Amino acid sequence: MIRIAVISGKGGTGKTMITAALARLLPGSLVFADCDVDAANLELLLSPKLIRTEPFIGIKTAVIDPAWCNLCGECMEHCRFHAIERDGDRYQVNPLHCEGCAVCVHVCPIAITMQPRQTGEVMYSDTERGHLVHARLIPGAGNSGLLVHAVKKTAMEQDGNCDLFLIDGPPGTGCPLISTISGVDIVLVVTEPSVSGLHDLKRVVAVCRQFRPRVLVAINRFDLEPSLTEAIQFWCNEENIPIIGKIPFDPAVIESVRNGVPVTCAHASPAAQAIQILESNLEQELRFYRDQRK
Amino acid sequence: MKLAIASGKGGTGKSMVAANLAFTLSRTRQVTLVDCDVEEPNLYLFFPTPAIVTEVTVPVPVVDENTCQHCGLCGEFCQYGAMTVLPDRVLFFPELCHSCGGCMLVCPNNAIHEEQKRIGTVVISRPLPNLKLISGMLDTGNPHAVPVIQAAKKEAAEDPLVIYDSAPGTSCPVVETMDGCDGCILVTESTPFGLHDLRLAVDVAGRLNIPAGVLINRSDGKDQETLGFCKDLGLEILMTIPFNREIAAIQSRGNLLCQVQPTWQNAFTGLFTKCRDLCKGD
Repeated sequence: MIRIAVISGKGGTGKTMITAALARLLPGSLVFADCDVDAANLELLLSPKLIRTEPFIGIKTAVIDPAWCNLCGECMEHCRFHAIERDGDRYQVNPLHCEGCAVCVHVCPIAITMQPRQTGEVMYSDTERGHLVHARLIPGAGNSGLLVHAVKKTAMEQDGNCDLFLIDGPPGTGCPLISTISGVDIVLVVTEPSVSGLHDLKRVVAVCRQFRPRVLVAINRFDLEPSLTEAIQFWCNEENIPIIGKIPFDPAVIESVRNGVPVTCAHASPAAQAIQILESNLEQELRFYRDQRK
Repeated sequence: MKLAIASGKGGTGKSMVAANLAFTLSRTRQVTLVDCDVEEPNLYLFFPTPAIVTEVTVPVPVVDENTCQHCGLCGEFCQYGAMTVLPDRVLFFPELCHSCGGCMLVCPNNAIHEEQKRIGTVVISRPLPNLKLISGMLDTGNPHAVPVIQAAKKEAAEDPLVIYDSAPGTSCPVVETMDGCDGCILVTESTPFGLHDLRLAVDVAGRLNIPAGVLINRSDGKDQETLGFCKDLGLEILMTIPFNREIAAIQSRGNLLCQVQPTWQNAFTGLFTKCRDLCKGD
């Protein structure tokens, strides 16, 4: 199995649109994961049929039993996450801030316990091209990195024998992104020709280089700002990063998102044609990767 | 007044709104702009000016191997698996550590003390006479965004008017940014992705009890579904910015719409008036 993650650094560059198109185009047996667990959108383009849902229990959260609390305030003093608040004559834990370290339980084992708390759910679904593992994080909940791990683990356990594991990643460079790219063979970074796009591309590539995947780049809406497309190409060239696709700005993309299908499934628009070229370049990369592995 | 700019979905134009709002307001008053998207901070690209950089550090444990009895209590206590105690030494994984101080607390031999470890920077500049820009920047490869956001917000704690530009998503970095704000602008786009993630962002704002209004960016006129959603929930549409290649190009080149096309300043002043009413709860 080869594991590919589509990421971007900057949000809104077109990760999900490209992942969904690749889901339809790539040959062989596939399993998909939507690791943008904060705001998962891949399901909006792959029309999944839900097979089952499992609760996601993240790290435990502290709970204070007011019956045993003598209001000494030790817990609040020791909590470094400011998760314990005094509300009149009682102390309580704000679950949005509790990181589950259990220091409060150590200082007050009588009134405080750590209790499991559901912070999301993992969904296992069927699509025309293979199984999709996706998730829903309760808005405002933490542990999104752990939920990403749970999503990847489910995909590997259920469909580990597939040829390809295709992941739609989160934006950013922090905890969920690092959790997404760990153990992945290839990352495809989708960028756009803007000062922010290039800046964020450089940062996310710096993170990828601390792991071992092969890095590829695609430039979305490349015709909107030619000078920055050139700057991206120049930088990728210097860094020895292949650019495997350049997709033009095309209203057909928004149109197909509104229709809930990958753009390559609609009529032969300029964006769809460009993604087909991207896909064949990616196939070539995969062949190269398989040969190297042998 | 403290105002957050958030979105759920990435790339809807949070930073564009934050930068132009701050630029416009700075013509008539003191304003502080805080970049809380510490994983991918972009605001400073729109305001290139010399800046003062300070390091953000967090305490991490250091084990004194001479005093340590390798009893294993710290490893058992650590909820994050950051400490593994072997018979003859302790392995510490700093990227898993949340700096809770628990290991130091449970060690019966006082063999653990803390030292500061750098995880990012806070960069402060004054690009315009009335504008203070504070950017939180997480070091690449470091997973812990929240302490950097806290450090950046702290620098603005005493300032009268603060605009916080949030990371996308709905998890800890967004909660940390929105926490303590008087109101928030949720920036969306009229696509099913935009609407799906707007729902989530509205949910976060509600859980934090922060009044929210919506800004539709890159509108192609097909906003009915978003408008319907906002109407049902009683969310005010604070502003609509049309899709237009010229606006996109100004933004792509790292320029400010309100500087290149000053007529936009009126619209952003109007946005601020609506936000002020929102924060007051009118």
